[in-house]
Formats: sequence, structure tokens, C-alpha cells
Amino acid sequence: MDYVAHDASAYAPPAEVEEMELYHPKTFVGKYIWSQDAKIIAVQYAVTAIGIGLVALVLSWLMRLQLAFPNSFSFIDPSNYLQFVTQHGMIMVIYLLTALFLGGFGNYLIPLMVGARDMVFPYVNMVSYWVYLSAVLLLIASFFVPGGPTGAGWTLYPPQAILQGTPGATWGIILMLVSLALFIVGFTMGGLNYVVTVLQARTRGMTLMRMPLTIWGIFTATILALLAFPALLVSAIMMLLDATLGTSFFMPAIVSMGQQGGHAGGSPVLFQHLFWFFGHPEVYIVALPAFGIVSDLISVHARKNIFGYRMMVWAIVAIGGLSFVVWAHHMYVSGMNPYFGFFFATTTLIIAVPTAIKVYNWILTLWHGNIRLTVPMMFAIGFIFTFINGGLTGLFLGNVTVDVPLSDTMFVVAHFHMVMAIAPILVVFGAIYHWYPKITGRMLNDSLGKIHFWVTFVGSYAIYYPMHYLGFAGVPRRYYAIEGTNFIPESAQSLNVAITVAALIVGAFQVVFLYNLLWSYFRGKPSGGNPWNATTLEWQTPDTPPKHGNFGATLPVVYRWAYDYSVPGAEQDFIPQNVPPGEVTRSSART
Amino acid sequence: MSMFHQLMVKPWVTDQGKIDDLYAGGASSGLAKKLALKVFLAVVAVLFMLLVIAYGGRMAYEDWRPAPQLRLLWANTFVLILSSVALQWAQYSVRRGQMDAMRVGLLAAGAFTVVFLFGQVLAWRQLGAMVYFDVTNPAIGFFYLITGVHGLHLMGGLVAWGRTVAKVWGDFDVTKIRQSVELCTVYWHFLLLVWLVLFGLLFTGNNLDLLLKLCGIR
Repeated sequence: MDYVAHDASAYAPPAEVEEMELYHPKTFVGKYIWSQDAKIIAVQYAVTAIGIGLVALVLSWLMRLQLAFPNSFSFIDPSNYLQFVTQHGMIMVIYLLTALFLGGFGNYLIPLMVGARDMVFPYVNMVSYWVYLSAVLLLIASFFVPGGPTGAGWTLYPPQAILQGTPGATWGIILMLVSLALFIVGFTMGGLNYVVTVLQARTRGMTLMRMPLTIWGIFTATILALLAFPALLVSAIMMLLDATLGTSFFMPAIVSMGQQGGHAGGSPVLFQHLFWFFGHPEVYIVALPAFGIVSDLISVHARKNIFGYRMMVWAIVAIGGLSFVVWAHHMYVSGMNPYFGFFFATTTLIIAVPTAIKVYNWILTLWHGNIRLTVPMMFAIGFIFTFINGGLTGLFLGNVTVDVPLSDTMFVVAHFHMVMAIAPILVVFGAIYHWYPKITGRMLNDSLGKIHFWVTFVGSYAIYYPMHYLGFAGVPRRYYAIEGTNFIPESAQSLNVAITVAALIVGAFQVVFLYNLLWSYFRGKPSGGNPWNATTLEWQTPDTPPKHGNFGATLPVVYRWAYDYSVPGAEQDFIPQNVPPGEVTRSSART
Repeated sequence: MSMFHQLMVKPWVTDQGKIDDLYAGGASSGLAKKLALKVFLAVVAVLFMLLVIAYGGRMAYEDWRPAPQLRLLWANTFVLILSSVALQWAQYSVRRGQMDAMRVGLLAAGAFTVVFLFGQVLAWRQLGAMVYFDVTNPAIGFFYLITGVHGLHLMGGLVAWGRTVAKVWGDFDVTKIRQSVELCTVYWHFLLLVWLVLFGLLFTGNNLDLLLKLCGIR
């Protein structure tokens, strides 16, 4: 296996590539506020997403307090509780994870990793962020309108979402729907940029199959999002019309609180289909970037090429494709035709195949690797554990017969938090510890990072492991308080208290992370350009943090794939993508 | 190289490295714009596809009451076809360097589009004044929703059209204008196609119903 050099004489002469016209701002406002630089936009996205995510974290505390100590808090009534549940879910899934992975990591990493000066449409990219910010502000505004934010559950099922009696049925739901529509418009602008940049702005030598898996993950997730979000947009608009103009797309004729409503003939199940046609790909919109990033973290910190690169790309693409034909597994109890259930159970279980391939490949990459237990690596390994756990309970729920009794219990809550909350968040943390040195030029503090990892990792298990048992015992989700039931043992309450204590601790310890981010920005150890000895292009920039235009006077030329680690015959254990074969230093003792 | 072939290569193999080194890198901004438009049209196509599917899904219920048909829509369709033809002519002219003809084509396309939108609003009013009008009837709701969404897309197109028209007087960069006209043309043809599908399936006769029956769904 002689990877080191192919015949140096085979170089093609440099081709004339049109240089990108960059907008060069001169004022502070132009550089950092109305910025058109993808790197700044990325940080804006990330800060906004993490900020609103912290709100959602506090909401989850409030929920947990109520569940552990029912009737002890005067500021939590049943309506508030439902509002906390709803807003926690909506914020975490859409406004935090989707925005952070695609808007944050996508913006920062795509141009740098494919060797571009910026996104292809920087102006549109800027507008994308500001539209996203207005969506977030609208969402926050809904907390302050009469009736408060909507409490219809993050799925916003009609008819109850817009019926009087549901919290926030007058103003809250309308602001929610408008905010979602804005988010989608903003995302579409960003998404067009990500896709076109990956396809059109790669540097010389950067073929699709030489791209790091991070880019494959973000690229495929963006395509999924572009094709799935229209379903949410359509359903949001239709529900908005039902709520304001009295149309009956989703609203059936209903007698509510003794009064005949003004609607007739709508179909609530239609909404469920539209919602989940978006909702299931959404899971993979969050998961695929995480898959990609974790592949790169593992490869870099195990000093080994990723096992089965081609398989990994295919698995990402296959998962992306399959994610569009499984949506109704969220609707097994909606009364649909059993044959549909059979079909969707089958497709759901088929997704386990490419997913398992990915898991095996991560583990095989670790096998015999020169593993460095850095903080990003610990988060990456933590992700593998958590994802396997969450994935396995997914196999349970994917089967109709098992899902029906478990539907709407805490088991479901435990499952999806493991697989699409904790697992991706661990990747987010790992990625921040990994790329922070590039973004700021300083390392994050290692000891604080390790404390943060262990508390978050072990704490998450303390929260969600017991929750599976609550689900088996029949504890339903979304209930404000459970009283007067015979089938739920009293010990469930003690378990609830334990879970809440764990949740409070894990949440509070995120302060360590935030403190680390701030402290290291000013006092952290200078990182140098390539602290992890990684091969990908973002670590080869002339300046750290990279300046406007990313790569100085000339764009890098790529000569190899992204995973030349521990190459036999090479002196160093990594060969950056832009090192020509002729310039690789060979070790004296060739293997 | 097709996408499928690209996914088959082994980037770590020496021989493949030689081939990969030949990849010249990023293309011009013109191609980027074209690609962006195509991706955007794919998103719009999904949007309308979902609306049609929702319409069909709702139609399968027993209580479906079809909306009355409006003759005016035939005229509107004809006008929209004219706007597409005018843009096609503008594109043909700009490619041959006939700038005056291009200007006429562009302006005519804009005018026809405005007439179409006006006609759609008229259709809305016609339907609203009929005895059949019942806001809770999904067929009627869908008519307003779908024509509204289509109209909004045309209005978005008019913004791009306006920016192009503003640039074609006095001195201008012919290559850039040519590209703008081409992009507008693609967008208009696409929205015409979408309209023809919507009109044909949903708003004239019971064609979607027929199609569903042919497919054995109803």
C-alpha cells in the first residue's frame, strides 16, 4: 500500500479558474454585523442558536421540576407545562440543532474544507442569517403575547393546536407558524448556498470523493432540508389559513366546549402526513452532519484513515434517500391502514442497514488506531455509545406491534432524546472543541473540557436510561401530573425525582463549557494553525483564524483525499490534502 | 462523469489520484447561478407537488365537493403562455445581439405577467361572488391557496425581471444581461409548466380524479 506518492510527472498544468469577487467591508458594522463572510455568519448563527438553546434548556428544567415535585411550584400550571414541552421541543430541534449544524458548522466549514474563498452568494448568505434571527425573535415574542406561546406539542397537531382551550391558541400558534415559515425562507437561502458551493466552488483537485465526510454529511442534510422543509411550509400556511380565515384544510366539523365550531370537512390526518414528511427527514437533517463530523473527529484523533470511506459516503446518501419513505412510522396509532404500517415498518428497519454500516466503520476506524483521548475524541466516542443505544430502541419502536403499546409513553421520549438530542449534542460539543482553535486561534482548556464531557455524558445516561423503564411501566409523556392511576408504581415518582436531579446537574454544568469558551478566548493557549495535525484544508490556511478570503493569495491545490493518516513510508503521521506527492517527506526506514 | 460513477471511485488509490488531480476546480459564477436556480426550482417543484398530493388526498374523502370551474382561467392561461413566449423571444434576441427586440420581449413578458396576475385576482373575486362560495369547502380553500402560492412565485420572478429590465438601458455588460434573461426565461417556463399542471389537474374538469382512478388509488 504505497499511498505516499503517485507519479509526480502526471500533474496537469494549472488551469485558469475565475477568482471570486469578494465584498470587502471597511467598517466594523460591515465586517461583524452585516457581514457577508461565511465565517462571521457561522459564528452569528452559532451564537444565536446556542442562546435560544439555553432558553430551551431552562424550559426543560421547569418541566422536570414539575414532574419530580408535582404541585409544588405556583408558576407551573398545566398550561405552562404544555407550553414548556412544546417550546423546548421546537427550539431544540429546529432553532438550535438545524440552525447550528447547517447555519453554524455548514457556513464555517464548507468554504474552508472545499477550498473556496467564501460561499458563492455571500449576500444571500447574510440575508439568510438575518431572516433566521427574525424567526427566533418572533418565537421569543410569542412568550410575551396574551395567552403565551403555543402549547400544542412540537408537532402542532390540529385540530387542538388552534382550538380554544389549548394554551396559546389565539396568538401563540400564529407567531409560531409565521416564525417557522420565516425560518424556512431563511434556511432555503442558506441551503442554496451550501449546495451550490459544494458543487461549484471546490478548489482544484478537490473531487467529490476527496471531500471530507463532514462536508458529505452537511451537503446531504442540506438537500434533505431543502426538499423536506416545503412540507412544513405548506402545512404551516394551511394551518395559518385555518386559524385566521376559517378555511378547513385540517379542521373537521367540531363541537368544542359545547359549541359548534365554524369549520367543516378538514382532515387532521393530512396535517400529520405533511408534518412527518418533513419531520422524519428532519431527524436526519440533524443526524447526517453529526455522522460526517464524528467520522472526521474519529479519524483525526485516532490517526487513521476512516474505515470504508466509500461505504460511508454511500451510507450517508442511502440514509438520506430512505429518510423520505419512512415518515408514517410516527403515525402508527393514527388509525392508518395496517398495510401502510407494514410498509413503513419495513422501510424503517431497512434504514438500520446503512446506519449500522456507519457504526461498524467508526468502530473499525478506532480498531488498532493510535487513539488520542483528546476532548473532541471523548465526545466522539461518547456519541457512538449514545447513538447505538438510541438506535437500538429505534428498532423496537419501528415495529408496529411494539410501538402501539409504547406509543406516547416516556419510552419514546427516552428513545428520541438518546438518538437525536444527546447524540448530536455530543457531536456539537466535540466539534466545537475540535474547531475552536481554528475559529479563535486558541485552545479550549483541556481539564474543563474533560469535566464537561464526563458530567454531560454520564449525566445524560442518568437522565434517559431510567426513562426507558418509566415508559415500560406505562408512564405517558406530556402529562402535567399523574394521579390516581393504579398501574404506575409509586417508585416511578422516586425515579422521576432522580431524573430531575440529574437533569438539573447536567444543565448547570453547561456553565463550565460556556465559561471555557469565554475564558479561552482571552487566556487560552495559542493553538497555532494545525494543533491536531489534521489533513483537511481548513487547517492549512496561512492565518489562524483565517482571514477574509480564507486562503491568502492563492487557493490551495488538492492532491489527495482527506484521510492520509499514518501513511506507510511517510515521515509524519499525516499528509495534508494540499501537499503534492513530490513534497512528502519519506521516513528513512520504509515499511 | 455521472454522479453514480463519481461515487464509485476509490480516492485513495494511486491511479485514481492521477485522474482526480486533473479536476480543474470551481466553475464560473455564471454556472453557479444557473445551478442555484435549478436547485431552487427543485424546491419549488416539491412545494407544488405536495400541494397537489394534499389536494388529491383530500379529494379521496367521500364528502368532497368540487369547486365551480371558472372560464376566466382559460384566458389567464393563454396570457401566461404569451409571457413565456415573449421571454423566449427576448432570449432568442439577446443571443443574436438584437438588443431592441430583447427589450420589447422583456417588457411584453412583464406586461403579460401583470395581466395574468390581474386576471387571477379577478378569478378570485368571481369565485368569491358565486353562490358556491363556502370558505370551509377544502376545494375552494385549495384554489385560493394554490393560485396564491403560484402568484407569489410569479411576483418574486417579477422582482428579478425588474432588476434585469433596469439594466438594459444605456451601457450594459451583454454577457451579464444575456445570463439574466436566460435565467428569467427558465424561471418563467417552469412556472408556466407548473401552472399548466395545476390548471390541467385541479382547476379544469375532474382530471385528478380520473388520474387517481386510473392509478387504482380511488
